[in-house]
Amino acid sequence: MMERTFEVRVIKAGDADGEALVSSEPLGFLGVVDPDSGIVTETTHQLHGQSVAGKVLVFPTGKGSTVGSYTIYRLKKNGMAPLAIVNAESEPIIATGAAISDIPLVDQMDISQIKSGDRVRLSAGLLTVYPQAVTEASE
Amino acid sequence: MYLSDEEQAMLAGEQGVGVAQAMGIITTLGNMYGAADLIPISSAHISGVSYKNLGEAGLEYLEDLAATGAKARVFATLNPPAVDMDDWQGSPLLTTPAFAKGQFRILDAFYKMGIDGICTCTPYEVNNRPAMGDHLSWAESSAVSFANSRLGARTNREGGPAALAAAITGRTARYGYHLDENRRADYVINVNVAVPDGSSLSALGVIVAKKLLNRTPLFVGFDRELSDDEHKLLGAAMAAVGSIALFHVEGQTPEAIALGREISAPHAEYLTVDDLAEGYRALGIVPGTTPVDLVNIGCPHSSYAELVEIADLLAGRQVRTKFWIMCAPHVVHQAQANGVAERLTGCGVALLSGACTIVSPMAQTGVRSVATNTAKGAFYHSSYNGMEIHLGSTAKCVETAVSGIWQD
Repeated sequence: MMERTFEVRVIKAGDADGEALVSSEPLGFLGVVDPDSGIVTETTHQLHGQSVAGKVLVFPTGKGSTVGSYTIYRLKKNGMAPLAIVNAESEPIIATGAAISDIPLVDQMDISQIKSGDRVRLSAGLLTVYPQAVTEASE
Repeated sequence: MYLSDEEQAMLAGEQGVGVAQAMGIITTLGNMYGAADLIPISSAHISGVSYKNLGEAGLEYLEDLAATGAKARVFATLNPPAVDMDDWQGSPLLTTPAFAKGQFRILDAFYKMGIDGICTCTPYEVNNRPAMGDHLSWAESSAVSFANSRLGARTNREGGPAALAAAITGRTARYGYHLDENRRADYVINVNVAVPDGSSLSALGVIVAKKLLNRTPLFVGFDRELSDDEHKLLGAAMAAVGSIALFHVEGQTPEAIALGREISAPHAEYLTVDDLAEGYRALGIVPGTTPVDLVNIGCPHSSYAELVEIADLLAGRQVRTKFWIMCAPHVVHQAQANGVAERLTGCGVALLSGACTIVSPMAQTGVRSVATNTAKGAFYHSSYNGMEIHLGSTAKCVETAVSGIWQD
């Protein structure tokens, strides 16, 4: 499979290049992501046990308490924040968290086009997906 | 989105890092919602105050922001903290010293930002009562509903961080409920059932919220003028169970009066409610006769009128259960000055000043079952605190406190 590039809406500007971690279900932050380790602690969540740190974190939309914005801020201060966030449709908790933590945030894309482990590059309103198999073959 | 020269300067950091960060939140949200520009607000109401909810992450953010020297430039009130503000050590919440320390550090950070620490979920009861047409940035879903609906002011359902950012910038982005076109009713609710008390209004609110989610109802068919407190309970139920931020009542709420028939949109749908049982069922309430640990009134915070009503209903009788009432510190002080507090405490009732049991650690109190008079209180005691719950009128709650037994 070849790389594919998508036009996305930029909510918080910034560039990123890293490995995707994808959830097909919405993600809250308060009480769900541990701000000291970056690990998803909600036992019923499909990302349970995985760390968001240093990943391009992809999920449909945010949910839960608006205090979750502060959890994102603490992740950033602890060096455990995602590199960037990609939503299908974002909402204020994630947008606010990205704004105060200086984490690039884009939305309005079909996130089923990204799989965990794919390399994702984000620059100037364009999101490029390099599927995992291609990345490995080229290395 | 258009920004004035001053707003651009704020965003660029010319008024400090904290102001730039706050302006970053406001413009990010404005861009996301396609706002044309920013509007000045007359007040802010900030949620995200309880240490139980904020934890170390929120505390750290607020202290960092306060350290930048950022100050609120409009009048701002705060949601309840997780401790009794007048006497945390004597409170039946059994607050631990370490927890109180965290909570008061949070409050200190707000004070440092020029927010004067009026803590209540009913700011309109004390000294933050907006006028019709005022633009606001309020968090706390029940207060948002009251401001939009009963008062005809204009606010979106803000999150805590966004409301704080609006307090610091004095602005919010022009979208959502700030615009005329988003304020008309798109659902007409025909109330074809008796709603004699707050708990039945609450059950009605639950039914409407389950059906409408976040749309805007116009209620028709009430047999009487609803009081401030009744608007509060109905709105709180719809805001907690769904996310309804605005409702109209035919001939009663200010925009319904001003617009007449124009208050409902041409494409509005219709719903007739003629039975309230589903509202109680939807809250997970199982009818039965059972002992109750705690009768808890004041979600949202009780008004002075409600305290008088409870004192009259108790009529000097001693309660067997724990009986806690949450209210704004101003209301507690008014009740203390007028002897109402003494009538209540003499019966074994505790007034929790500014506090909220929903956002307080409850495990240490040993409470497992709660009777309350509002859908909002029942909903969160069940979903957030894992309590067994009962919902009934204020009179029924008082009788339960006296007998110790809930009877269905």
